[in-house]
Amino acid sequence: MTTPTSASELLKRLADAMRPQVTAATVLVGIHTGGVWIAERLHQMLRLEARMGSIDVSYHRDDHHLGGGKSGGRASQLPFDVEGAHVVIVDDVLATGRTIRAAMNELFDYGRPARIDLAVLIDRGGRELPIAATWCGETVRLPASQTLELARNDKGELDFRVIEK
Amino acid sequence: MSARNPQLNANGELIHLITLEGLPREIIIGILDRAAPFTEIAEREVKKVPLLRGKSVFNLFFENSTRTRTTFEIAAKRLSADVINLNINTSSTTKGETLLDTVDNLAAMQADMFVVRHASSGAPYLIAQHLAATGREHIHVVNAGDGRHAHPTQGLLDMYTVRHYKRDFTRLTVAVVGDVLHSRVARSQLHALATLGVPEIRVVGPKTLLPTGVEQMVNHDRLRVCHDLRDGLKGADVVMMLRLQNERMNGALLPSPQEYFKSYGLTPAMLALAKPDAIVMHPGPMNRGVEIDSAVADGRQAVILPQVTFGIAVRMAVMSMLAGN
Repeated sequence: MTTPTSASELLKRLADAMRPQVTAATVLVGIHTGGVWIAERLHQMLRLEARMGSIDVSYHRDDHHLGGGKSGGRASQLPFDVEGAHVVIVDDVLATGRTIRAAMNELFDYGRPARIDLAVLIDRGGRELPIAATWCGETVRLPASQTLELARNDKGELDFRVIEK
Repeated sequence: MSARNPQLNANGELIHLITLEGLPREIIIGILDRAAPFTEIAEREVKKVPLLRGKSVFNLFFENSTRTRTTFEIAAKRLSADVINLNINTSSTTKGETLLDTVDNLAAMQADMFVVRHASSGAPYLIAQHLAATGREHIHVVNAGDGRHAHPTQGLLDMYTVRHYKRDFTRLTVAVVGDVLHSRVARSQLHALATLGVPEIRVVGPKTLLPTGVEQMVNHDRLRVCHDLRDGLKGADVVMMLRLQNERMNGALLPSPQEYFKSYGLTPAMLALAKPDAIVMHPGPMNRGVEIDSAVADGRQAVILPQVTFGIAVRMAVMSMLAGN
């Protein structure tokens, strides 16, 4: 496969795509851990006023009985009223869609949002659920044997790594 | 079950919780870490997470305890499990046979987890052993208190409480005060405190209510026995009171509850000997005016009600960890 475009370039693209459609009341919710890093950046770039949130999907994973989510969960932080909100779920990589399904379930445990959108840096394909991103930095096709992982270095710079399983 | 710890599977993961004795530090810390985010679930619109959805948890209480049973029930329900409560009065003559027969019957009803309270030490272990011997290791057993042996979830929620208020176990002086002889809670506390590296542990009580060889009970070189409450409390960071177990006392171990209160009751004057920021814990139910003065039980240093709240999160952590392994 080709090396993905740099994360900072993808972030810029994603912010440009989102800008016309978000309002001051839009709330970003990042999925732990990569999604939170991206949501923090987008929050600055889009100059959003509402406080952002973070979601941990461990409690809603569908592979708990298979030993998934061994580390247990972190608490989700949603410092706003989910009821009636326009929520944008933010994640680094969209693949099977199972994480997004879990994130939506988690969100609904706090209230009924008016609308949920999905923003991801990269859509790598391999969907197992009928889920699509509203905004996406780039679409790539990766073989199932490879995992795409977002990493953050000491300087806070984000970059993708391809990991062979 | 061979030489390996019967609570762990071949990968060293927790499959039953029977006792804190010999439980690796990483597993205890893992449970405490996992419990922390569960404390927040009660504040959500939906006070449930689906980690045990579709699982059946059987509360097998061969000994009455409304409080412990209720906290296990709430914990299982917040994890979305189906909970079946059984209060079974034991007939002493047929106890052994009845116990395993009961287990076999409930296992045939597709139980996924047994929460067991029994007056006989070792009953939960017997059940776990029986399940393993009959190829049903996928059914998990949680000890909710067996005889004088262990009450591991109480020990864990006590450790959670200590960590919540004191952060670091390795610079604490902890006093465990009262009827240690009859207390499974004390045994679980002492094992956990030693494993978590508490440097000074004091066991405080009258000679008649401390088991012989208490110093050798846990693997710890700085476990001190004090028969004078003043010595035991001096400079302590944490005071863990135990309930005087009247119902378990056969024979005259004590002159009277009033006499006991005079020497071992935790009054404000006694508590003043501990550090000014010392916390006071009690596993409940309290005997006010016997082991603890109401002024202390309701005072600003008491963390007895937070213990109850943390207990639900800790039991959720244990059950979700077992179900995932």
